[in-house]
Amino acid sequence: MTSVLPESFIGKVLYLAEHYGPAYLEGAKLTLFIALVGTLFGCLIGFVCGIVQTIPLSKNDSFLKIAVVKLAKWTLNVYVEFFRGTPMMVQAMLFYYGFIQYTSYRPTTTLAGIVVVSINTGAYMAETMRGGIFSVDKGQTEGAKAIGMTHFQTMLYVILPQAIRNIMPQIGNNLIINIKDTSVLSVISVCELMYHGKAVAGTYYTTFESFTIVSIIYLTLTFACSRLLRLLEKHIDGADSYDLATTDTLAHTSGMTNYPHKREEDEL
Amino acid sequence: MSKAILEIKHLQKSFGKNNVLRDIDFTIYPGDITSIIGASGSGKSTLLRCINVLERPTGGEILHNGKNILDKSNNVAAYRAKVGMVFQSFNLFDNMTVLENCTIGVTKVLKKDKKYAEDLAMKYLTQVGMSPYINAKPKQLSGGQKQRVAIARALCMQPEVLLFDEPTSALDPEMVGEVLDVIRSLAEEGMTMIIVTHEMAFARDVSNRTIFMDKGVIAEEGTPQQLFTNPQNPRTKEFLSRFMNN
Ligand SMILES: Nc1ncnc2c1ncn2[C@@H]1O[C@H](COP(=O)(O)OP(=O)(O)OP(=O)(O)O)[C@@H](O)[C@H]1O
Ligand SMILES: [Mg+2]
Repeated sequence: MTSVLPESFIGKVLYLAEHYGPAYLEGAKLTLFIALVGTLFGCLIGFVCGIVQTIPLSKNDSFLKIAVVKLAKWTLNVYVEFFRGTPMMVQAMLFYYGFIQYTSYRPTTTLAGIVVVSINTGAYMAETMRGGIFSVDKGQTEGAKAIGMTHFQTMLYVILPQAIRNIMPQIGNNLIINIKDTSVLSVISVCELMYHGKAVAGTYYTTFESFTIVSIIYLTLTFACSRLLRLLEKHIDGADSYDLATTDTLAHTSGMTNYPHKREEDEL
Repeated sequence: MSKAILEIKHLQKSFGKNNVLRDIDFTIYPGDITSIIGASGSGKSTLLRCINVLERPTGGEILHNGKNILDKSNNVAAYRAKVGMVFQSFNLFDNMTVLENCTIGVTKVLKKDKKYAEDLAMKYLTQVGMSPYINAKPKQLSGGQKQRVAIARALCMQPEVLLFDEPTSALDPEMVGEVLDVIRSLAEEGMTMIIVTHEMAFARDVSNRTIFMDKGVIAEEGTPQQLFTNPQNPRTKEFLSRFMNN
């Protein structure tokens, strides 16, 4: 570098931002990418776990079904307890070095990061999803059964859309936690924001200034995500009021129905 | 006499040691409108819930068109699609609009196309006076409106028999009438119905058979005229006199 590092705090921060801006942005991009993908897969894992955990068993079911479901529930419990009970940093070490030391497979650090974040989020979301499913009142399940829906259809069309809506705030929470917690992935050298922040700090002994920039970026990411999720929740809730449809029953009987054809069923 | 839709034979249900239904026998023919009355806890709801297998009976048989639907091999969901149920607490799907509540069963359970389902839904929503509200969500409706939608939802499945479990008990008094009027209009059309109710005057004019349940058994049954004006069983007399005094 040709230019000299300024003396003042503001000066140093601006200097780092100007010269290392692209590095920080690279890191921020990877942080956001791992957090988003990890949260998405984590939610999917959590949904599946939550659904399995809430499969009802009755005395009328076959022995095989009962055995399979019980085994699945037990396995998922072990999974949830293990991943909630150990730090993600430790999980990252185990996962990455497990492969490196004992197999010939070499995952990229980014892939390892995504897998660890997903599995970790999944363990939390499993419990959240279970709660979300139970939060939908039982009457609606009976209403669905009474018109002949199977357990699977009841879940898909009635319970899950509401369960997922009810746990949206927790999904948002998890995303924000993941944006921050990807920082621990620097232990396996994932080049996310924390990793770049440390690298720049080391170059000029500007730890405080570099991490000032890093924290501003984290804050921007988390704030933007939480706002976007709010908007999404509003969108899912739909309008606060409804329009009365035309009440001209003569028009209806003559085949001139005047009611809007709604969008296809909520895609999950 | 036409063929029975449902034959209930020696039906029993116990929750643990609590024998809630003991040896219930009755038969439903097309066009029958059966009202079921009885004290709280006598097993009326449990009976209805057993009839569409929301509770699994612990003994006896339910023959639907001659076939025992309690056989393990029987597809319970397919049977339920033919037996409608209207609940005290409405049980509408909160994530769907009024129209979607009515079409979902037709498209997903009966596998009909969307246009057909919407036309059918409009027909029944119009009948219950709820067609202007197709875009509303259940949370935006009054109790009486919700119950009318729930009835339309059940009708959309074009059930062979419709079960009502105290359809007006959760409603404010001023909304009871609108729901009873809808049920009356169904009666006039010849819909087969089993109605559990505490509305004695209504049970009396709308039904052509009344069953009085007491402690898990049918203590008395007959035409509403017989049962309400000339009850034979002392328990029926006691129940009715207590009711009429209130
Ligand atoms: N899931 C259940 N588990 C245990 N006991 C139950 C269950 N459901 C009902 N019971 C019992 O069965 C009996 C009959 O209940 P049921 O709801 O059928 O009465 P009901 O005649 O409908 O009364 P009400 O007029 O108050 O609605 C009651 O003693 C009740 O406590
Ligand atoms: Mg009851």
